[in-house]
Amino acid sequence: MGQGFVSRGFRGRRRPDAEVADRIPPGQYLTRDFPVLSAGPTPRTALDRWDFVVRGDVEAPRRWTWDEFRALPSETVTKDIHCVTKWSKIDTVWEGVSVDTLLDGLETSADYLIAHCDGGYTTNLPLEDVTGGKAWVVFGYDGDALEPEHGGPARLLVPHLYFWKSAKWVRGLELVGEDSPGFWESLGYNNYGDPWLEQRYAGD
Amino acid sequence: METTDADRHLDGNAAGGMLAEVFRFEATTVIVTCAGCGAAGPMAELLLYGHGMGQILRCAGCDTAVVRVARVRDRHWLDLRGARSLQIGGGQ
Amino acid sequence: MGATETVGGGQAGRLAWRLAEVIEIRDETPRVRTLRIGVPGWRGHKAGQHVDVRLTAEDGYQAQRSYSIASAPESPWIELAIERLDDGEVSPYLAGEVRPGDTLELRGPIGGYFTWTVDDGGPLLLVAGGSGVAPLMAMVRHREAAKRAIPTTVLFSSRSAGEIIFRDELDRLAAVDPSLRTVHTLTRNQPEGWTGFRRRIDAAMLAEVAGPPHPGEGLLAFVCGPTRLVENVATDLLALGHRADRVKTERFGPTGT
Repeated sequence: MGQGFVSRGFRGRRRPDAEVADRIPPGQYLTRDFPVLSAGPTPRTALDRWDFVVRGDVEAPRRWTWDEFRALPSETVTKDIHCVTKWSKIDTVWEGVSVDTLLDGLETSADYLIAHCDGGYTTNLPLEDVTGGKAWVVFGYDGDALEPEHGGPARLLVPHLYFWKSAKWVRGLELVGEDSPGFWESLGYNNYGDPWLEQRYAGD
Repeated sequence: METTDADRHLDGNAAGGMLAEVFRFEATTVIVTCAGCGAAGPMAELLLYGHGMGQILRCAGCDTAVVRVARVRDRHWLDLRGARSLQIGGGQ
Repeated sequence: MGATETVGGGQAGRLAWRLAEVIEIRDETPRVRTLRIGVPGWRGHKAGQHVDVRLTAEDGYQAQRSYSIASAPESPWIELAIERLDDGEVSPYLAGEVRPGDTLELRGPIGGYFTWTVDDGGPLLLVAGGSGVAPLMAMVRHREAAKRAIPTTVLFSSRSAGEIIFRDELDRLAAVDPSLRTVHTLTRNQPEGWTGFRRRIDAAMLAEVAGPPHPGEGLLAFVCGPTRLVENVATDLLALGHRADRVKTERFGPTGT
């Protein structure tokens, strides 16, 4: 049913213009908005109760208060982001701390990490995908503080993977020897999520 | 337009279509007991976060994700870890 | 539209996507219009149920939303009241582009919780915010079509007089039916001489309109509107002593799937 049916006059979303087409992965549409996808209520953690921890397979866990975290060297990066719900947004500007900085000098035999967030959200990533200048914990977006609805006070940014890996309201990274699927990865979404290979779902 | 958290969720009524795809019977009247806090009530009264990636039904009392459903191509993935029990039937 | 869509009958068949035709379009307010839709093979619905509408673009892109059925189960067609949301994806199409003769893809009816038939009895309290009136209007129309004088109060919150959906019909029905009462509140602008409420629905208003909890089973309340209104009204009704299992809620809003 519905095979071949088209709603007369329904244009749907915009396909990318030719000059940016090579920056948009297969199956994606370009958006100028910043859609908000919420799998739960927006947590409101006061900054004086906020901390960020690196734990798991490490000799000693690391912990930063908000002020300590904000005192770490930060950088501004411009990245294209790709949501598995098929929108892509180009040239987004973020300010944050490189995950390399957070893990600097850390001895670990872990190959994976689990990002833990306020509200219970988790996502899993290979360690090599968040090191080497590929991931940040960002607190600024487009010149302003990152708004709570977009993951503020801080979210993970892993722009080379589908955006669900860029966990909102992130509070810690757990380094683990064995991979373990997170919130969406355990509900049929791809464990890795490379948008250029269109790895949307399990088995892609 | 002002948007707040309250605008971001609906309830289990709006998940009726997807729930019917999964259960093949009227599921919004099923009584669910939350594994987080033990509260029991009809699926229709859970809070729906109609995320583009899937539908997350949460307990209104404790925010536990009681029912999670994602449509993955031609199948549905259903996660009921947040539900202690479902009461099905009973003159619904 | 062939007969081949039925998949084994029963629920599976009912939930199949089917093609339906827009028969007529009526403006209700500057932002809301009613689509009257003919659905071949429609086996009826219960007041309060909704349908899912799915739009498909030429490149295959699809968007889907749920809309409550506003018409009575006794009608041979269904009616949806579509509010145009400026940043919406589906409602601007349904509230703007669609014209009579167009084909829509929909499935339903859906929902078994927020439903009412005259056999469920009353007295009824129907609390609506904006376009959340749609499923409640189906209940009012069902009650009228079944000619059952079940005591019913509609408490309806709108932003301004011009934005009251179904106003004429509600007033007309209440004028000839002493068991039906409609109470309006206008939250933003009130016309000169407005005698109704002029604030958001609150506990005092509910106490005044609904009265104290009835003896026995008490009143049967259906609350539909924006999430915040629904949650506030439900909380207030329980605080006023109304029974939780007799207060049914449906949050209505732009969130899509």
